[in-house]
Amino acid sequence: MSAVVTDHEHEHHDHKPSGIKRWLYTTNHKDIGTMYLVFALIMFFIGGAMAMVIRAELFQPGMQFVEPNFFNQMTTVHGLIMVFGAVMPAFTGLANWMIPMMIGAPDMALPRMNNWSFWILPFAFLILLMSLFMPGGGPSFGWTFYAPLSTTYSGDSTALFVFSVHIMGISSIMGAINVIVTIFNLRAPGMTWMKMPLFVWTWLITAFLLIMVMPVLAGVVTMVLTDKYFGTSFFDAAGGGDPVLFQHIFWFFGHPEVYIMILPAFGIVSSIVPTFARKPLFGYASMVYATSSIALLSFLVWAHHMFTTGMPVAGALFFMYCTMLIAVPTGVKVFNWVATMWRGAMTFEVPMMFALAFIVLFTIGGFSGLMLAITPADFQYHDTYFVVAHFHYVLVTGAVFSIIAAAYYWLPKWTGHMYDEKLGQWHFWCSLISVNMLFFPMHFVGLAGMPRRIPDYALQFADFNAFISIGGFLFGASQLIFVAVLVKCARGGEKATAQVWEGAEGLEWEVPSPAPYHTFETPPVIK
Amino acid sequence: MSKTYEKYYVPAQSPWPIVGAVALFLIAFGAGNYVNEVTRQQPGYGGYMLAAGFVVLIFMLFGWFKNVIDESMSGLYSVQMDRSFRQGMSWFIVSEVMFFMAFFGALFYGRVIALDWLSGGSNNAMTFEILWPSFEAMWPLLKTPGGIETQAMPATGLPLINTAILVISSVTLHFAHTGLEQSKRGQLKIMLLVTLLLGATFLGLQVYEYIHAYRDLGLTLASGFYGNTFFLLTGFHGMHVTLGAIILLFVFFRVLKGHFTPEKHFAFQAAAWYWHFVDVVWLCLYVFVYVI
Repeated sequence: MSAVVTDHEHEHHDHKPSGIKRWLYTTNHKDIGTMYLVFALIMFFIGGAMAMVIRAELFQPGMQFVEPNFFNQMTTVHGLIMVFGAVMPAFTGLANWMIPMMIGAPDMALPRMNNWSFWILPFAFLILLMSLFMPGGGPSFGWTFYAPLSTTYSGDSTALFVFSVHIMGISSIMGAINVIVTIFNLRAPGMTWMKMPLFVWTWLITAFLLIMVMPVLAGVVTMVLTDKYFGTSFFDAAGGGDPVLFQHIFWFFGHPEVYIMILPAFGIVSSIVPTFARKPLFGYASMVYATSSIALLSFLVWAHHMFTTGMPVAGALFFMYCTMLIAVPTGVKVFNWVATMWRGAMTFEVPMMFALAFIVLFTIGGFSGLMLAITPADFQYHDTYFVVAHFHYVLVTGAVFSIIAAAYYWLPKWTGHMYDEKLGQWHFWCSLISVNMLFFPMHFVGLAGMPRRIPDYALQFADFNAFISIGGFLFGASQLIFVAVLVKCARGGEKATAQVWEGAEGLEWEVPSPAPYHTFETPPVIK
Repeated sequence: MSKTYEKYYVPAQSPWPIVGAVALFLIAFGAGNYVNEVTRQQPGYGGYMLAAGFVVLIFMLFGWFKNVIDESMSGLYSVQMDRSFRQGMSWFIVSEVMFFMAFFGALFYGRVIALDWLSGGSNNAMTFEILWPSFEAMWPLLKTPGGIETQAMPATGLPLINTAILVISSVTLHFAHTGLEQSKRGQLKIMLLVTLLLGATFLGLQVYEYIHAYRDLGLTLASGFYGNTFFLLTGFHGMHVTLGAIILLFVFFRVLKGHFTPEKHFAFQAAAWYWHFVDVVWLCLYVFVYVI
């Protein structure tokens, strides 16, 4: 049984500008969405290459290939690129493509600003990558740029890092404003709040989080800049400041930031699971409320990243309990996905496979998060590979898997062609096996005490690390299959119908595939 | 939501966003190099790039806003479009509020927690004894643990006058708005001009206050946590007043050209919101930086 619908519809050809100007000057949400997605993919491979360097160095104990300072630059820039260059732009690209089509809008609300948001990003990352070639090297203080590593002990490239983060933030804030205004103001008549697809809901809340916390990031990098170059002492106790203050401000941004990277993933999985289970989503309203509560709680948990800084017990308890509270709405979501599949007529095309892997593996990442939330236990886990395992389960098998699932799910709508199902299944199974080889053993070496961000390690971790590195190389290679699928699908293949998937419901499946350059110039009427 | 759905205006291709992206690139890359050149006293081109970036940015803003104003004046914008602009501006101001929150947060943390802990509070008795046993927590922080001394900026005098000026400017701007809504163009022009003059006066006095702080009080950016929060908060506020004044200046020129109607005046409205926001930030700032 296949979920692919096989009727044929006539194709629309509509006018679109040609040449390089189409991409430089565009105001079209689909073009901008495509650019975001392609940019994210390129960044995914650049950041991935840095991860390969890290894993090559850690393949054996002792120093093998790179200098410690260069190793530090790799861990730092790998993190920055994956967070700000790959995951966030990929979600923004999906939002650009899908939100106007899902709510029946002619485009994003502020189309020119939309293009500006995108084009800032390549320049921001150009600056970040160029800083690697400066004398003294690029940023090497970890993506969290804790003071005093980023102030007293950082190199000359710190100013470039600060300003590149500034313009990334400008890009994110403008993108978020666009998403919010589009959803508030451009819904088609009859598209009431509680009829909106969950992807739209989760992105609305994500955009709110972005507007609330990206300016705080701008504030904290500014303080790093003035501390380093202009003699202020925000993070220097000798001047009356406190290095721990840095961590408070950074994590006030940082914790909502991790939900910025997972809430849209929840929306994607909530779209895919009902389609391939051929049942409506179980507990739609509870999903909306759960997403909102997660967003609200995200502002009250930041100090769980800082249990070992010596905060008062009352503070530690508060942040521990608030953190554990997040498991409740997240559990609601996982329960709802499972209940949606219960007695559904399921098929297992590639998007569904990635969505299923998401549900299982993200939950593993959630559980290790709960372990880390327990303050006394965290004293043991802090800054070990256990933490690395935890956040890679939620970010790689969580966020990245959901993005890949979304790409497979909507590719036929974007290109008008079905992707190669066989190749896609190969991509899935290779990724699934290698990603678990890569990240699962990290739990064990972490619990045994292997510290993160160090280019060398004790001999007893050697076998595990060799195994992890092999998993890493395989996972990196598996993503080449993904590129092959994408290229093949963009060039041609079996024609996709408007509905594409048998169980798919929603406005985006009512327009032809590929979606015309302009959709819903007059708003559709929703029953 | 309104029941009528006119066609939503989606602009055709525009060169301005990419020009703006290039401008931000020049600003960020130039500033990143310039900061190093200035503080390390090295020669370089960072300053020129930074300046070029601002030139390109201003060029872009002129072109972009010209397009938008032309489209607006030729009646392409629907009520729904107007709502997009208003909502966009409101969320932008929310993001600005959060930017200031980062610095207010630092101020509160420093005063309530960091200084207390430096003087042995919470469980820090031993650290205090070993690091800076003679340190006394006080606010304003006139002597840092490291021994840098400064004098405090008084709340009365110039800062009080400045507060009055900014509050009055918010009121005059409100009267300019009512003038616009009641088609009293004379009141609109005069009140807008008064607002602009008050804004300029505020900025002038602020510069004077900075000179006073550096020359007479020894209060500098480098004089510890008090100086840090004082200059960063008032400095970013001053930058926002400058930006707000520039926006109001262009609104003033448009008023002179006869733009805006009692029903449609988004640009005026946005500028006014921004000005009131900057005013509210100042009131918080005055209370927490100068008075308390």
